[in-house]
Amino acid sequence: MYPKQEVVAMLLAGGQGSRLGVLTQKLAKPAVPFGGKYRIIDFPLSNCVNSGIEAVGVLTQYQPLVLNEYVGSGQPWDLDGMNSGVSVLSPYQQIKGTDWYTGTANAIYQNISYIDRYNPDYVVILSGDHIYKMDYSKMIAFHKENNADCTIAVIDVPLAEASRFGIMNTNPDGSIYEFEEKPKHPKSTNASMGIYVFSWDRLRKYLIEDESEEGSEHDFGKNVLPRMLEDGQRMFAYQFEGYWKDVGTIDSLWEANMDLLDPNVPLDLMDESWKIYSRNPVVPPQYVADTAKIQNSLIGDGCDIAGELEFSILFSNVVVKPGAVVESSIIMPGCVIEEGAVVRFAIVSENTVIGKNAVVGARPEDIENKDEWGIAVVGDNLRIGAGAKVAPKAMIAEDIEEVE
Amino acid sequence: MRGNRILGIIFSNLHEKLISEITERRTMGAVPFGGRYRLIDFPLSNMVNSGINKVGVLTKSNYQSLVDHLGTGKAWDLSRQRDGLFVLPPFMDPSDYANRVSTFHSIMPFLTNSSEEYVVISDCDVVCNIDYQKVFAKHVENNADITLIYKRDVLPARLHDPMVLSFDAKGKVTDVLVNPSISGTCSYYMNMMMIKRELLIELVNKCVSKNTMNFKRDMIQAEYNNLNIYGYEFKGFAPVITSPAEYFNANMSLMDSEVRADLFSRGDRPIYTKVRDDMPAKYGLDSKVKNSLIGSGCVIDGEVENCVLFKGVHIGKGTKVSNCVIMQDTKIGENSNLNYVIVDKDVTVRDGKTLAGEASYPVYVSKLSIV
Repeated sequence: MYPKQEVVAMLLAGGQGSRLGVLTQKLAKPAVPFGGKYRIIDFPLSNCVNSGIEAVGVLTQYQPLVLNEYVGSGQPWDLDGMNSGVSVLSPYQQIKGTDWYTGTANAIYQNISYIDRYNPDYVVILSGDHIYKMDYSKMIAFHKENNADCTIAVIDVPLAEASRFGIMNTNPDGSIYEFEEKPKHPKSTNASMGIYVFSWDRLRKYLIEDESEEGSEHDFGKNVLPRMLEDGQRMFAYQFEGYWKDVGTIDSLWEANMDLLDPNVPLDLMDESWKIYSRNPVVPPQYVADTAKIQNSLIGDGCDIAGELEFSILFSNVVVKPGAVVESSIIMPGCVIEEGAVVRFAIVSENTVIGKNAVVGARPEDIENKDEWGIAVVGDNLRIGAGAKVAPKAMIAEDIEEVE
Repeated sequence: MRGNRILGIIFSNLHEKLISEITERRTMGAVPFGGRYRLIDFPLSNMVNSGINKVGVLTKSNYQSLVDHLGTGKAWDLSRQRDGLFVLPPFMDPSDYANRVSTFHSIMPFLTNSSEEYVVISDCDVVCNIDYQKVFAKHVENNADITLIYKRDVLPARLHDPMVLSFDAKGKVTDVLVNPSISGTCSYYMNMMMIKRELLIELVNKCVSKNTMNFKRDMIQAEYNNLNIYGYEFKGFAPVITSPAEYFNANMSLMDSEVRADLFSRGDRPIYTKVRDDMPAKYGLDSKVKNSLIGSGCVIDGEVENCVLFKGVHIGKGTKVSNCVIMQDTKIGENSNLNYVIVDKDVTVRDGKTLAGEASYPVYVSKLSIV
């Protein structure tokens, strides 16, 4: 018997994140490096621990190796308790056959037995592609106060952007009377953050019903939540205030990284009271050489910097040789930027070498046709040959040969 | 591959008096070094990287910070079902650990209950990355009773009771001088050795029974004619921390990329340490950093030149720090100026202060001070 857990969190981490292109070719989106040392999943995992949640199921499906290895025993997040902690839950063979997770609701449905063994009162559903700090315990308290069956976290978005989100229309008491998925003419600006608290007995019943429903996509947003609303279940919107960013696209991933360099953005990684935990590489401190110039940047351990950095995020073990320039870019672990190379407005994935005098990306002001501008992305373990050029907005998945 | 033929023993408390300011509130092994490490990380990582599974850490007093640092030994993969890390403080009375021989004698149950055939013994005063597997191979090849690890160099100033060795062509020890007056290059013992465990027990018991308790004189010098004692020359970077100035210099030598490669970038032999999981270092808009080693969690808004900054150090706007070793979580305010200063942990230097030492005599600011 497992000791009862009042709350179990289920973290949906199976998505491919296809909009991140080469960055998620070999790993699941939640495992994408973020902020100079973290991976995206560190944020929801740390939020769980900091909120006092001790049992977390991580649902994986797409390219799980890196994610599985990273989560491991859960020790960096103190999620390695004797009878609780983090469990990586992948699809499995059953007597009646083998199923992939066919939708978000189906993924939870297939793991009802994992949740049941903790006999929880509440289940929190989280997704693995958001950067934010949130105290889930406050949301759960709100859920209890309202005697709700389901509580959905919402954030106030600008009206102009509201049509990109799932919008929750609420009564004055906060109860939800209508969902609108990406509405053309939004009635409110309460965007769903993809964070749900359910009373477990209620969710359990709806998951089982949904599973046998013909034509259902087994998706929370499309099927389970609308059905609950139809049935008149008590559903509330929980207003979240603070920094929250979906990092599902190259642009938003780049922006969220850059936000760490902006003192006006309320995402403080130094705050000891709500720390974001991660695995740490075994490497020496970073070395900054005589020739280096560093302005407004975040730099990980083990880096060796002899070039110029501006508004950039460098992960561990990055080497920037003398005369190289890195500006407004994200350089992932183990990359080497050789002499004279210029990297601007780019994301360079792990262990890639940017050869001498190569040029990757460009400043928006240096491009005439603004439609051609965007963040340049270079995949992992590649070699961009000396003197080669990578255009803005390009996405590079193969080596580029040296240019004479 | 890991094995269980070699037992590791680390003396974490010796040589403390040589840097008495820095060791006022900690043992030698817990002295911070190189932006994120403690001195004990080096012998401990060396042992683990050489496949040693069982390490006893001897500590006499002031060991709170050491025990906090070591924890269960997890950071060195020494939190194990079988064997692992053993912290061995004195059982009753610190005087049991009065000297090296009596220390061995008071951990006799640890020595006799171990099954390893050999013992590697190291102090914490030498910073180096050494492969004990190579020492072991030589030890076996020579059929040695004891292998003393030595360095060929000018004797470090203030080295306590240095033991200078001479060898025959095969590397067998032919003469042992303790504390000789000597100038020029010599082969001095690095306070690291390999010995058969049963021989160690035998020699310790013999010394205790005769009350001849000087390790170098009574266990080595008196015995080298009767035993097969060989030397093993270590050729890598290996500064001995014999004074605050040497401590300062050893930190500063890390600015040399060859030294860093020698010490840290040895592929499968990294130096492990307890990690605190800080955020990456943050460089502000007006920061200027040159030739410095910067730990994680630092926030730099001022100017830093020729410095080692440990994790979590803050340098305020308009401040300039040059030639400093600044330990973890020290906060330096705005418009201050520091030159040749060793600043210990958790120090606050308020705005507009000036502190200056000399290259030969760095000023030391003790833990938790407010300047």
